[in-house]
Amino acid sequence: MIKGNFIDNLPKVYGIYTGGFLAFIIIMSIAEQMGMTAKTIGICFVAFTVAIYAIIGYLSRTAQADAYYVAGRQVPTVFNGMATAADWMSGASFVAMAGGIYFKGYGYMALLVGWTGGYVLVASLLAPYLRKFGCYTVPDFIGTRYGGNLSRFMAVVVLTVASFTYVTAQINATGTIASVALDIPFQYAVYVGLISILLCSMLGGMRGVTWTQVAQYIVLIIAYLLPVFWISNKMGAGFFPHFMLADEVSRIAELEAQFGFVKNSAENLKEVPKGLAGITKAHSAVNATPWAFISLALAMMMGTASLPHVMMRYFTTPSVKAARKSVGWSLFFIFLLYSSAPMLATLSKLSLIDPSLPTGIIGKSIAEVQSIDWYQNWNQANLMFVSDFNGNGTLELNEFFMGGKAVVLATPEIAGLPYVISGLVAAGGMAAAMSTADGLILAIANAISHDVYYKIIDPKAETAKRLVVARVLLVVIGFAGATIAALEIQGILGSVIWAFDFAMSGLFFPLVLGVWWKRANKEGAIAGMFLGLVSGAAYLVWVRTGGSGFLGITQLTFGIFGSAVSLVAMVVVSLMTQAPNAATQKMVDEVRVPSGKSILGKQH
Amino acid sequence: MSKQEQHWEKSKGLLMMTLAIWFVFSIGIFLFGAEMNEVTGPFGYPLTYWFTCQGSLGIFVLLIFWFANRQEKIDEEFGFSERGDD
Repeated sequence: MIKGNFIDNLPKVYGIYTGGFLAFIIIMSIAEQMGMTAKTIGICFVAFTVAIYAIIGYLSRTAQADAYYVAGRQVPTVFNGMATAADWMSGASFVAMAGGIYFKGYGYMALLVGWTGGYVLVASLLAPYLRKFGCYTVPDFIGTRYGGNLSRFMAVVVLTVASFTYVTAQINATGTIASVALDIPFQYAVYVGLISILLCSMLGGMRGVTWTQVAQYIVLIIAYLLPVFWISNKMGAGFFPHFMLADEVSRIAELEAQFGFVKNSAENLKEVPKGLAGITKAHSAVNATPWAFISLALAMMMGTASLPHVMMRYFTTPSVKAARKSVGWSLFFIFLLYSSAPMLATLSKLSLIDPSLPTGIIGKSIAEVQSIDWYQNWNQANLMFVSDFNGNGTLELNEFFMGGKAVVLATPEIAGLPYVISGLVAAGGMAAAMSTADGLILAIANAISHDVYYKIIDPKAETAKRLVVARVLLVVIGFAGATIAALEIQGILGSVIWAFDFAMSGLFFPLVLGVWWKRANKEGAIAGMFLGLVSGAAYLVWVRTGGSGFLGITQLTFGIFGSAVSLVAMVVVSLMTQAPNAATQKMVDEVRVPSGKSILGKQH
Repeated sequence: MSKQEQHWEKSKGLLMMTLAIWFVFSIGIFLFGAEMNEVTGPFGYPLTYWFTCQGSLGIFVLLIFWFANRQEKIDEEFGFSERGDD
C-alpha cells in the first residue's frame, strides 16, 4: 500500500490514520448500543490512542543527532503546522479554556487574542532567522550569537524555569484525565501519564515527537469539534455554530439582565466546594478595563514568541521559506480550536440557564435538579454544586456552581450525547496534554544535553554518548515533573500563564535583539536574561506575598515588568561595553538573508 | 547601498507594516472595547465580542501568510531566496 519515502507518503499515512480513528469511534458507538459500559469505553479510547502514539514513537527511533534534535529538518510545512498546534495547545487549552470563557467572559478572552497574536511576532521577528541559523536549541542560538558559555548557560536557565513551570501543569492534566478514564488514584495516574509521554519521545527525540504530535492533533481536533457541532445541531442553535450563534449570545445577555447577578454572602460561599465558581460576569459584554485586557494579551503574545518548545518546532522545517509558511499553518490549526471554545461556552451556558430549554435548570426546583442523573454524576466528581441560599426552593443563577473543566467534560452529557463522545473528549484531552508535555520535556532535556553537556562540559563527546545523555535527562526531568505534579501545588491554568511570563522576562529581548540589533553584545544579553528573570520572579513573589504591585501589573502579567527590565538592562549594558566583533556582525548579516549556508553546520 | 543593505531595508519596512497591522488588531481596537461592543458585527455578534472570538484570530492567520508571501518576493527580488523548493 505504501511505497517509497515516508515523507512523500505523509498525506496518505495520516489520511489512513484519520480514517482508522473515525472507524474506531463508530465501532465504539456500536459497542455502546450493544451495552458496553461507559467505563470500558473510556478505557478503550485512552488505551487505543496512547498505544498508537507509542507505536509511532517506536517506529521513529533514531541514532542520529540531527534526527534526534531537529527531526532531520525535513518536516513539511503543513505537517509541522499540525505538530506545532498540538505542541502548543495544552491540556489547559483543551480542558480549561472554554470554562474560563464561560465564567470570566471578555476579561479571559484576552488569552485567546494573546495566544494567537503571538504567532505574528514568531513569524516576523524570530522563526525564519533562527531557522537560518541552523541551531538545535534556543540556547544554541544565544550561545553562538553572543558567544561564551555564560550566555548559553543563562539561556538554559531561563528555558528550564519557564518550561518546567509549564510541564508540571501538563503532567498534572494527563494524570487527571488518566485517573478519570482509567479509574485509578491520581498519584498513580500521574506516572501512567508520564510513561505514555516518554514512550513518544524517548527513542526518536524530536522525530518521534513530531510524528506523534501530528497524530495527537488529529485526535484532539476531532474530539473538540465533533461535540461542538453535534450539540449545536441538537439544540437547534445552528448548523455551523461559529457563524450562527448570535441569537444565542443575545439570549444569554437577555437572561442575564432578567436574573441579575446577585452577589452571594461570604458565609454562603463557604458551603461551595473549592474550585467551583458561579456565573458572575456578563457573557458577551466588555467586563474588563482596556489595560487589564491589553496587558494580559501583550504578556501572552511576547511569551509565545519566547517559549523554546514552540520555537524549536520551526527548526525542523526544510527551509527558511518553509519556516515562515509553517507559522501560518500552525496558527490556522490553532484557530480551528480557539474559535470553537467561545461557541462551546455559549452553547453550554445557554443549555443550562435557559428555562425554556429542556436541559435548563435555572428556575427549576432544587430537589428536581438534585435528582437529575448527570447532576449527581458531576456533583460526585466535585465539579457541580447547587444550594438553596435564599430558601425559596427554586434554583437561582447565583445558586449554581460548576468547575471550569466541566464545560468541556460535562456539556456533551448534559446535552444528551451518547457516552462515546465523552470517551472521545477524554482521548482528546489526553492527546492535548501529552503532546505539550512531550515538547516541553524534550526542550529542557535537549537544552541540557546539547548546550550544557556537549557544548560546555564535554565538546568531544561522540554522538552515541550525547544521545544517551539526552535520553537519560528526558527520563529524569519527566520524573521530576511528575513528582511535583503529584503534589498539586498550583492549578493547571495558573502555572501555564506563569510559564509565559518567565519566558518573556528572560528570553524575549535577547532573542529579538540578537537578530534585529547588531550592536547587542554578550554582556548586554547576559544582563538582560539575568536581570529580566530575577526581576520578573521577584515581582511575582512580591505580589503573591501581599504586595500591591504597580501599573496594574498582576501576578498573571509580571512578565511585562520583567521584560521591560530586561530591555533596559540589555540596551544600557550593551552600549556601555564593546561592540561585537566583525565576525559576529557578519554572522548577523548572514542570518538576515535566507540563501546560503546555515551558520551552524548540519552536525554540530 | 549594497544589495544586502537594500534587502534589509525592505525587509524592515515589511516588518513595520506587519507589526502595525498586528498592533491594531491585538491592542489598538481593545482600547475602545466598550464603545465598539455597542455595534453589531459580522454574523450578528457584538463587535468586540466577535473580534475576541474570531475576528482578530482570523486576521492574524491571514496576516502571517501575507507577510510570508511578501517576504518571499523581497528575497527573490534581491536573489536571496533559497535553492530548491520545499
